Amino acid sequence: MLNLFFPEKTTVIVGLEIGTTKVAAVVGEVTEAGGVNVTGIGQCPSRGVRKGEVVNADLAAEDVRNAIVEAEKSANVEIASVYLSVTGGHLTSLNTHGVFTATSDDHEISPPDVTEVLANAKVFSRPSENTVLHAIRQHFTLNGQAGITDPVGMLGGKLELDMHVVHGVTTRLQNPVRVVKGLNLEVEELVFSGLASSLALLDNEQKQMGVLVVDFGAGTTEYVVYADGVIKHTGILAVGGDHVTNDLSYGLRKVSPARAEQLKREHGAATIEGAAGQTLTLTSENGFDDRRVNLEHLRRIMVARLEETFQLIDDDIGEQGFHEQLRAGVCLCGGGARIRGIDQLAESVFGLPTTLGRANAVGGLRSATDDPELATAVGLVKYGAIRQKAQPQGGLVGKLRNLAGSLGIF
Amino acid sequence: MTSTENTPAATPVKKQLTIKVFGVGGCGGNVVSHISRAGFADVQLIVLNTDSQALAQCPLPYKFNLGLGLNGGLGAGGDPERGRAAAEEDEARLRELCTGVDLVFICAGLGGGTGTGAGPVLARVAKACGALSLAFVTLPFECEGPKRMKQARLGLEEFKAAADGVICLPNQKVFKLIDENTSVIETFATTNDLLAQGVRGLWQLVTRPGFINLDFADLCAVVRNRHSESSFASAEATGPHRAKEVVEKLLANPLLDGGAALGEADALLVSLMGGSGLTMAEVSRVMEQINRHAENAHLIMGAAIEESLGDRLTVTLVASRQPVNPPAAPKAPEAEVPEPESTPRAGTGFDLLGAAIASKPVPRASALKSEASQAPAVLTEVAPDAALSAPMAVSRSWRSRKKAKVAHPELGLETVTTGPFQQSEPTRHNGVNLDVPTFVRRGLVMN
Repeated sequence: MLNLFFPEKTTVIVGLEIGTTKVAAVVGEVTEAGGVNVTGIGQCPSRGVRKGEVVNADLAAEDVRNAIVEAEKSANVEIASVYLSVTGGHLTSLNTHGVFTATSDDHEISPPDVTEVLANAKVFSRPSENTVLHAIRQHFTLNGQAGITDPVGMLGGKLELDMHVVHGVTTRLQNPVRVVKGLNLEVEELVFSGLASSLALLDNEQKQMGVLVVDFGAGTTEYVVYADGVIKHTGILAVGGDHVTNDLSYGLRKVSPARAEQLKREHGAATIEGAAGQTLTLTSENGFDDRRVNLEHLRRIMVARLEETFQLIDDDIGEQGFHEQLRAGVCLCGGGARIRGIDQLAESVFGLPTTLGRANAVGGLRSATDDPELATAVGLVKYGAIRQKAQPQGGLVGKLRNLAGSLGIF
Repeated sequence: MTSTENTPAATPVKKQLTIKVFGVGGCGGNVVSHISRAGFADVQLIVLNTDSQALAQCPLPYKFNLGLGLNGGLGAGGDPERGRAAAEEDEARLRELCTGVDLVFICAGLGGGTGTGAGPVLARVAKACGALSLAFVTLPFECEGPKRMKQARLGLEEFKAAADGVICLPNQKVFKLIDENTSVIETFATTNDLLAQGVRGLWQLVTRPGFINLDFADLCAVVRNRHSESSFASAEATGPHRAKEVVEKLLANPLLDGGAALGEADALLVSLMGGSGLTMAEVSRVMEQINRHAENAHLIMGAAIEESLGDRLTVTLVASRQPVNPPAAPKAPEAEVPEPESTPRAGTGFDLLGAAIASKPVPRASALKSEASQAPAVLTEVAPDAALSAPMAVSRSWRSRKKAKVAHPELGLETVTTGPFQQSEPTRHNGVNLDVPTFVRRGLVMN
C-alpha cells in the first residue's frame, strides 16, 4: 500500500467508478484538518459495461484510460492507484453474529479477544465461489449490554459482535480489477458502490438518525440502510435507467433506444400530472416531422418502472423492519435522481421524507460534489481517506481497525 | 382374493364433512399408501385396482377389486377401455361407496389402463352422487413412450369432463426437482409425495379450523363445474425470514413454471400452515406476495395451526385456469383426434392447456368463431395458442389491441423485447423477469 511506503507524504486519493453509462475518476486530497477536497474529475462515456458489470474488457479499458487521463489533467497529478467501486446483481449481503466467551465474567476484554470475535463473525455459510467484499462492524454486545463501539478494557465474560457482510462472486469481482490493472494502475481496494455513494452523501447525524440511500444508476440500483450510526442493510437490484429507456423504446412503439434515451432525459418525469392529452412531435434526422408520441404514455411507462423499483426496495427494507428506524428519511443519488418529480414519487412509495443527495461529506470542486451521478466516485475518495487515516496509527489498535474494514466512522 | 367387503356402508346425512380419497390403479394405490403414512385423520382411503396382485401388496385396509368378472383380477393390461369396462361393471358398487360423501379425491396415474379408464368413471359416479370430485393425476414421463402419453392425454380430457377439477402433475416436470443421482424409487416417491401434498393441502384447507377459515362451500364456489385443470405446488421454510423464503421457494417451483402459472391463474387456493408461532404478519406477508403475482385471480385462502409443524411454515397452492373452451360432454372422448403434441410448449404457463387444445381443434375453432363474431378485432388477441395457428395475424397484433382495448395479460405473440439486456443475465426477482417492461407485466394498455 502506498501509505506504508511513504507514510509522511500527503497522498492523492483517486476514486474510479466503471459505471454502465459512464466511467468517472475523481481525484481528492486530505486536508490538514482531516477533511476531503475534490481536486479533479475525469469522465468518459462507458461502452463495455452492462448492468454494472464489465462485459467487454477492451472497450472498458479504453474508457477507463480516457477518464483517468482527463482526471490527471484536471487535477494536475499522476495517478498510480485507485479505489475501485464494484456492483452487480451477484452481490449479496447479510448480517452475521460472532460470539467470544471467556472463562469467567471478570475478564478484561483484550485486543486478541476482539480479534477472535471478529473472526467468529466472519464464519458464515456462503457459496464457495464467493468472496467477502466488506465485513463491516456494527455493534459489540458485552454480557447483554448492547451498543458498545469499543469493548477493549471493559469487563465481561461474553462478547458478541454484529457484522454486516457483503459478498459476491469472485470471478465477477475480479473482472473490473483486471481491466484497471491492465492499464498499470494499482487497485487499492474494492468498494461496494452503494457504500461509497452513502459515504459521500451522509453526515454522522443522518447515519445516527437512520437513513435509506438509494443510488439509482443506469444499470443497477443500490440501496443502503443506516441506523444507529452503522450499516444495517444493503441491497442491489440489477434494474436502472437503462430499463426505463428500454421500456420507453418498446412501449412507445419501437422508438429507437437512442431516441428513447433522449425522450427520457428531455420529457421524462416521475409523475403523470400535467401530461394528459399532450403529444410530442419527433423530428427525423432530416429535420422533418416524423411521428407523434403521447406524453402521457411516456410518463406512465416511466412511472410504472420507477414505482416498481422503489416498491421492491420498500418491500425488502420493510421485511427487515427498518421503516421505523429511518428518521432521516430517504436520500436519492445516481443518474435517476435527475428525473423530475422522483423525490415525490419516492416519498409516496416509501412514506418517508425524501431528499436529493448532494455530496455533503466532501469539499472542493462544486461540479463534482453537486452532481448526483458522481456520488459513487466522490464517495470512493472519502472511503480512501478514511482508510488511510486508519492506517498510520500503527500498533495493535491500528491493525485491528484495518481488519475490521471500518470502525465506528461509518 | 383380496377384494374386501369391509368398506363401511354409506352413512346417512351428517354434519361433519365426509371425505374419501380414492386411489385408482397402481399409481393411485401408491399415492394413497403414501398419504396414509403421512397421517390423515378422519379421511377414508380406498384403493381401487383391477390387478389383485397389486391390491394384495397394498397395506391399506379398504380396497376393492374392480372388474373381477371381466378381467379375473389380472389387471387392465394398459388398456383404458378395459379399465373403463371394469369400472362400469362395478358401477353400482362405486355408487355405494360415493353415496353421502361430500368430497371425493381421486388419485390416479394416467397412461395405463386402470387409472386412465376407471378413474373418469369413478369421477362421474361421484359427481352423480352429489359429491365434489377432485382428481389428482400424473402424466407419464416422456420416456415411457408416445402411446402412453397419448392415452394419458385422452384420459386427462375425460377426467376434465367428468370431475369438477383436475390437478395434474406431469412427471416430466419432476425431472427439474431431482438430480442425476436420484434413484427410480426416490423419483416416484417424489411424485407420490407431491400428489399427497396436494391432497393434504386441500384437505386441510377444508377440514382444519383455521384462524382464517375456509369451508367446503368456499371450495365448491371456486371449483364446482369448472372442469378446469390446475397446477399445484407446495413449499416449506423455517427460520426468521420464512415468510419470504417460502414464497421464493414456491415461485421457484418448476411445477408453477417459475411463477408464470400464477399470473395466468384465475382461481387460486392457498393453504398456509404453521406451528403455534405463526404470526398474522407472516400470513399477510405471504399473501401479499402471492396476490401481487396473481392479480387477476379469484383467491381463496386458509391459514391453520398444526402443532406438529413446529417452526416450519408450509404453503400449498393450487392455481387453476378457466378452460378457454367449454368442456365436451362427458363420455365423448375424441379418440379420432391424432396427437401431434409431443413436447410441452415452452411459452404457455400450462403445458397441459397446450396439449388440451392440440387434441381438440374442433371445439376450439368454434369457440373462436363465436368470439370473433362478437368482436372481430379481438380475433388475433384470444390467446397465443390461437395466433400460433394463424401466423399471419401476428404482425397486426399491436394495432388490433389498440382497437379492441382489451387488457390482455398474454403477450406471447410479440416477442417482448428485453432489448439491450437480451445478451446479459436476466434480472430475476421472485420469479419475475424485471428486464421485461413493467407496464407490460402489469398489463397497462397504451392506447
